[in-house]
Parts: sequence; structure tokens; C-alpha cells
Amino acid sequence: MAASGGSNGSPDEAALLAVAERVVGLAGPGEQVEAVVVHERETEVRAYEGQVESLTSAESYGIGVRVVRDGRQGFAHAGTLEGDVAAEVLAEARDNVAFATADEHCAVAEPDGAPFADLDLYRPELVAHPTADKVAVALELERLVQASDPRISGVESAEYGDSVAVGAVATTTGIRATSRETGCFLSAYALAEQDGETQTGFGFSLGRAPGDLDVEAVAADAAERSTRMLGATKPESGRMTVVLDPWVSAQFLGIVAGTLSGEAVQKGRSMFADRLGDAVAAPLLTLVDDPTDPEATSATAADGEGLATRRNVLVADGRLERFVHNSETARRAGTASTGSAVRGYSSTPGVGARAVKVAPGPLGPSELIASIDDGLLVQGVSGLHSGVNPVSGDFSTGAEGLRIRGGELAEPVREFTIASTIQKMLQDLAAVGDDVQWLPMRAAGVTLVVGELTVSGR
Amino acid sequence: MGDGDVTGTMLDPDLLRSTLAAAMATGGEFAEVFVEDRRSTSAVLDDGRIEELSSGRDRGAGIRVVAGETTGFAHTADLSPTGLRAAAEAASAAAASGGGGVREVALDGPSGPDPAVVRLLPADVPKARKVALLERADEAARAADGAVSQVTARYGDSQRRIQVANSEGLLTGDRQVRTLFSVSCVASGDTGLQTGRESVGHTVGFELFDDVDVDEVARRAAGRALTKLEAVPAPSGEMPVVVGPGGGGVLFHEACGHGLEADLVAKSASVFAGRRGEVVAAPTVSLVDDGTMAGEWGRFAIDDEGRPAQRNVLIEDGVLVDYMWDRLRAVKEGRPGSGNGRRQGYRFLPMVRMTNTYLEAGTDDPADIVAGTDHGVYVAQLGGGQVNTATGDFVFGMTEAYLIEDGRLTAPIRDGNLIGNGPEALMAIDAIADDFAMGSPGTCGKDGQGVPVGDGTPTLRVARLTVGGTAA
Repeated sequence: MAASGGSNGSPDEAALLAVAERVVGLAGPGEQVEAVVVHERETEVRAYEGQVESLTSAESYGIGVRVVRDGRQGFAHAGTLEGDVAAEVLAEARDNVAFATADEHCAVAEPDGAPFADLDLYRPELVAHPTADKVAVALELERLVQASDPRISGVESAEYGDSVAVGAVATTTGIRATSRETGCFLSAYALAEQDGETQTGFGFSLGRAPGDLDVEAVAADAAERSTRMLGATKPESGRMTVVLDPWVSAQFLGIVAGTLSGEAVQKGRSMFADRLGDAVAAPLLTLVDDPTDPEATSATAADGEGLATRRNVLVADGRLERFVHNSETARRAGTASTGSAVRGYSSTPGVGARAVKVAPGPLGPSELIASIDDGLLVQGVSGLHSGVNPVSGDFSTGAEGLRIRGGELAEPVREFTIASTIQKMLQDLAAVGDDVQWLPMRAAGVTLVVGELTVSGR
Repeated sequence: MGDGDVTGTMLDPDLLRSTLAAAMATGGEFAEVFVEDRRSTSAVLDDGRIEELSSGRDRGAGIRVVAGETTGFAHTADLSPTGLRAAAEAASAAAASGGGGVREVALDGPSGPDPAVVRLLPADVPKARKVALLERADEAARAADGAVSQVTARYGDSQRRIQVANSEGLLTGDRQVRTLFSVSCVASGDTGLQTGRESVGHTVGFELFDDVDVDEVARRAAGRALTKLEAVPAPSGEMPVVVGPGGGGVLFHEACGHGLEADLVAKSASVFAGRRGEVVAAPTVSLVDDGTMAGEWGRFAIDDEGRPAQRNVLIEDGVLVDYMWDRLRAVKEGRPGSGNGRRQGYRFLPMVRMTNTYLEAGTDDPADIVAGTDHGVYVAQLGGGQVNTATGDFVFGMTEAYLIEDGRLTAPIRDGNLIGNGPEALMAIDAIADDFAMGSPGTCGKDGQGVPVGDGTPTLRVARLTVGGTAA
């Protein structure tokens, strides 16, 4: 193995950085080189009917190398560090350079002096956590879901998963950045049955160490979300006030943030390209991208190019404040990178907000629901990838949830869609809840009330 | 590693034998070594520039051990005897059964169907030829109309060599070569921005471009975006939906395909569980999943458990004939597998997956189907979809669609989703035409794994689906 060191035979940041630096050291005259090296260890345990259905222990390496010469870039990657792979990847990336179109803005990032946040995302206790305990919690989760309600007919999946990820970036321009983090989750997907009808519901908990996980809450959520859908019918079509629960709003806000990438703007694929300074949302919306928030699932001190991440206010009181940039889109826009390069080892840096959060409102979800006479709570959406067009803004997704009548949650409804446009939904926001929570997505979730959406059902 | 040896010995049989023995050293009924060596090339043109050419290499082995109800799995990118032994021991420990002892595994000679013949291996084609296709597509799309404001063109090829050896003596392999080309356009007008996409992909080499004209791919993508500049908001509510030839495969993939996967059926997480032999669809509906279809996107010689691909009739004349199976579920049921055990790569466990799923042609005239529809929606191109197999509720997107008014296609409509319930939608199919076509190459996602799948349908009508637009 080309990288070594660290505990448990796993490489530490220094070992990965050494691999990246060796590649960078092979740069020829007039050549810029950027190397990204990652290592990940994962465990996944699935429980089914009181047994371990599967136990996976996985270890992966990856290396990606970008070569830039005369404004042209070439890229190559490999899922291993075996043998002489690093040198082979460099040679392949170098060979690919000639085929790109020259572009004056194409270059690897330059150090910009921005300070790196001191984030503590690594928990040694996760690394030391015994496999037997991981198995036990998965089995316990399945048992709790099954026992939580007599109408629970099965548990499609009950799972514990964790990962220990280490990464390093080095460039010929002097960037040296490393990261390491731990993460773990519990998830359950419950089946509830009554009178021959089946409904489903999930529960989820995540953290940096096993102690952060709340197995009872996951089981209770999965049971509650599935059983409360029993007896669901198709609602009548019409326009109504819709409450998006945090799992749903996080997906919506992630799509909104995607339209604010400097790349989408420069390439004419953002509906907000000419709207800086405009009121693009109701004044109650403030949207901040902050990967330096250690609570964020996707927190990181260094972005995909090895620059420091930072807090970027995207929308303030409904007004569009800024787009996010990596070093290339920043050069093209004549501005500075916002530390928003996103990538895996197998691709060149893209641009995106990675830890988006709304400023909370004064009321909790139950108070918000109590204020609605006639509406709908959406607890799940489907088909976001096919029903939302982030370029035109057309928004239409499958949904399930509960009617709201007289300020109370009423009967369950399913097999309907909610539709609007992203532009109109932002203007129609009627309230933001106080329940901001980080979920395994690039945006945090929060209860959001949208004044009017089209519900298509019967 | 050269390409001369297409299957056979990626890893030496002796090394596979000793790895399997190590995997079963602490017991277990079954062990398997899955070896994969994948090379890929992709090139993207965006905003008028070839942004980059990218090359990828991934190689490793996944080892699983089944003991009782438990599957232990480990994978490694280290294919040395030491690396394989470590992974085998990790999988074995994960399966964690008691007792056992060293077990000898005898491997048969390499067996199984031959890999598809590839006329022009992408690795043998100069990179400049691949890049030139992108430039042609960019020009063709922009030439379609001045309102085309952005073009993204992508070229991708991959060669995936696999080898499967297991404790039952199986030793087999395959080479799967796929080539893909897609164009996405943005058109700008008074109504804002609109998008159009077209993709072509087959399980073939660079000879794909003998039959595929990239200019035409580009013009179709541009045409879709341009048409939608005039689009009206999609209607809202239940109505008849006519799906054009090729496009409807996604509908079946979601409405019942996933629900016919034996792993979901076994957990009662499918509305189709326990319904074999029952009428589940209109009597004109016959649905097939076929991994042997030459050149199609979901084609292979052997699945990722080493079982030859086969043609499986799922629904015949409206009656549910069979589910799709992987080894784990088939063994439990005491029956043969169906060649549907697939995985994204060596880092993943196999599970039941579709291959090329299609609805057999009917006898109706497609023009009559539209003419016989008073008021509804015609979907010419579907986007992706999603299904909750336990409830049967599914959605799929429409990326090119038109209103049907008085039996005629009228205004184009904006993007949106349709929603329906699988068992209800299958029963509500009231017309199937004779114009069968395969659809666009797809990537099917399940449980975090993406695999290439194909699908196809003739023109068909569902008497009632819910269109999720905003217009009254």
C-alpha cells in the first residue's frame, strides 16, 4: 500500500497528503497539478426478523489528478492506490490535457489566505466502537420498531452504518489541505398494515459517534409515520396552504441553493442569474450556507479545491445576496472564491452550497399547524429528480401527508402531487418554523408553510 | 492487464480457490469472489468548450459469505494474495457462524455464455475522435435556432470485466462494453428558460456511432427545449394519459417492475407479494424482462452472480407469471435464479435488479389511440420516476408532453410529474399500439446502487392517471 500510518492500519491525513504531494512533485515545467486522495472505512449492519441480514465492512481508496497547462485541463481518477497507480493516473490526466478547449479562467486554485475553521468532526470513540455493539443496536432498532405498535406488520430495513473518512488535497500552487471525519446513522423503514392496506414510514438518526444516535426516536418516528398513513385516501384537487415537514423542506431548499451556484449562473442555467439584490423570496426567508457550522452533516473546513470554507449569506430577508463560487467561476466573475468547490475524487471541482440553513422563525410546528384552518401537511415527497426542473423552475412532486382542518392534523392523504414553480414558492412562503435540524442532505430541514400550492388528486 | 483475454482468468483459479477456502474457514454455506476491472472515459462539452476529458480506473474484489440468515461482505482494491485473504477473513468474520473448518473448493473450468462481440473497443479509438463528436453536437444544437442559449454534450464509454467464482465450483466471467452520448440544451425566450435532453446508449463499442448521428441527437434535444418555450402549464387532476413509443418503459419500471423484485416481495414490501397466478393487469398486457437483448443498455452475458442472462416473462396476458430473482432469494425458495442478481460494482452486494424491461406490442393504431382520447395528456418523453413498492404509489416525470384536446395533440406543456398506483394503473391500460420501440438508456437506483437498465413500450393509454400540474 502506498499510504500507511494511523491506527488500525488505516492511513492518517499525513499519509494521504504525502501521496498527493508526491504526485504534485512530478509536475513538469509550465504544468499545474492538483491531487486529491481519499480513504474511507465503512461498516453497515442490517437486521431482519431478529437476525443479522448482512454485515459489510468496507475500505476504499480513491485518487483524482487534474493537470492544467495553457488553460487546458485533463483529469483522471482511480479507485485504488495500489502499486504505481498514482503515477499512472497523473500520466493519463496529462494525456487528456490536449483535448480540452483552452480557457483563460481554467487553473487550479491559489491559496487565498482565508483562515480554516477549527472543526472537530472526528470521534475516536467511533473508530474504537466494537462491531458487536453495532450489530446489537441494529437488532435493537428492528425489535423496537416491531414492538412499537400492533399495526406494524414488518420492518423492511433496520440499519446501522458508519464511516471514517480521511482526505487530502495538494496543488503545485501551494495548497495543502487535509480533513478527517467520522459519521454514523441509524435508519428504519417500517411497514404498517390494517384491513389489507400497507403503509410505510421511516425514521432516521445521525451523528459523529454512536452516542449521538437515538434508537428509540428512530423506532418511534418510523412507527408513527407509517401508522398515521393507514386509511389514506386521494385528496381532492385544488389550491391550498401546504406545510412542508423538515425532511421535505430540506430537499426543496437544497434545490433552491443549487440555482445559486456560480456555474449555473454563468452558463445561463439559473432563473436567478440577473436577480442579485432583488427580492426573490418572502421577507421572512434568510438563507445561509455555512459549512463551518460543526452541527451540519456536511460540515468541512476545506472545500474540494483545498480552500477554506466560509459562511455565505445567500438570501437575506428575501433579498438575493450572492452566488457561490469555486476558484474558476470566481475568476470568470471577477470575484473571489466563496470556498464552495464540491467534488468527489472521481470528478473535477464543481460549485455548490453544501450546508444551507434558514434563519428560524418564532413558532414551532404545532403552533404553525394550529394557525391553519384548511391545509395539508406533506410528510414525504417522491420524484423530485423527475418533477423539478431547476432551470425553468417548474416544480411538481408526488406527495403524502395529512390534511389540516381547523388547526388540527386530520385524515391521511396519498397519491397526489404538489406543484408550483420555485420562483413562486419562494414568494409564497408564509412562515418558517423554529425547528431547524440538520439532516443527511446539503440543506437543513425546518417546518415551512407555503401559502398556496396546487394539489392534484381526485 | 491486456484485453486479449476477454473473460477467463482475471485472477488465477488457484488464488480464487484459496480465497474461497479462507472465506469459508469458519463455516458458512456459500462463499463467492466477485472480481471487477473497470475502465471508463468521459468527455464533456459545456458552454461552447470541451471542459475536460476524464479517464477512470477501478479494480477490486468483493467477497461474500452466507451463513444461515446472515451475509458477511467485504471488499478490497488489493488483489494480491494477502489483500484477498484479508478481505475473505473479514467477510467470514462478518458472517460470524460458529463451528466450521477448512473447506476445499473445486472450481470448474471457466464456463458460461460468451461476452458480446464488440466491433470497435473504445480503448482502441483515438481520444480526438470522441471529442470531435461533442463539437459536432454543439454546432448542430446551436444551429437549430438562435433561441438555443446553452448546450451540454457528454460522451462516455466504459469497459467492465468481471469474474465470478463461488464455493459451488462456478468460475465464469464477462466483458461488458457500453457507450453513451447525450445532449442537453437550454432555450431562452419571453417565458424564461426551458430545457431539452436526448441520450443514446447501447451495450456496444464505438461502433455505436455507425448508426447514431450525433447531429440528430443534438437537434432532438434542442427541439424539445424550443418547443417548451411555447408550453402552457400542465393540467392538474385525473385524466387519460397516452404515452408515446419507447417512453413508457419508465412507467412499467416504476408501476410494477420494482414491485416484482423478489427481495421486496419476500419482505412483503410489495403490493404484488403473493399474487402469482392472479390477474394484475389488463388482458392485453404482457411484460418481459430480458437481459439477453443484443446491444441494449441493460444487456450482459452473465449477471453479477455469474448466472447467464435470460428472458423472463413477468406478466402474460394480464396474469402475474413470476418475479425476478437473485441467488439469495432463489435458494430460499428452492428454485433457480433468473439472472437478475446485479450490483453497481465490486464494493456492493448483489440484489434483485431489472435488466431490459419491456411491454410487448399490441394491435392498436397509435393514431387511433390519440384520436380516441377526448381530453388528456400525451407524453412523448418521460423523465425518471420513483415508486413506493409497499403502497404501489409511483410517479414519473414528463419532459416532453402535449395536451390532447378533441382527439388531437395541441399545446406543449411544462415539465411535471404524474402520479398513479401501480396495480390500478396496470388494470387501467385500455389501449396498446403496434409501434414498439426501446426507450433511452437509464440508470436504475435502488438502495444506493445504480445499474444500467433498458426499457421499451409501444404507444399505450392509461385511462386514468393524475397529472401534477398547476392549471385547473
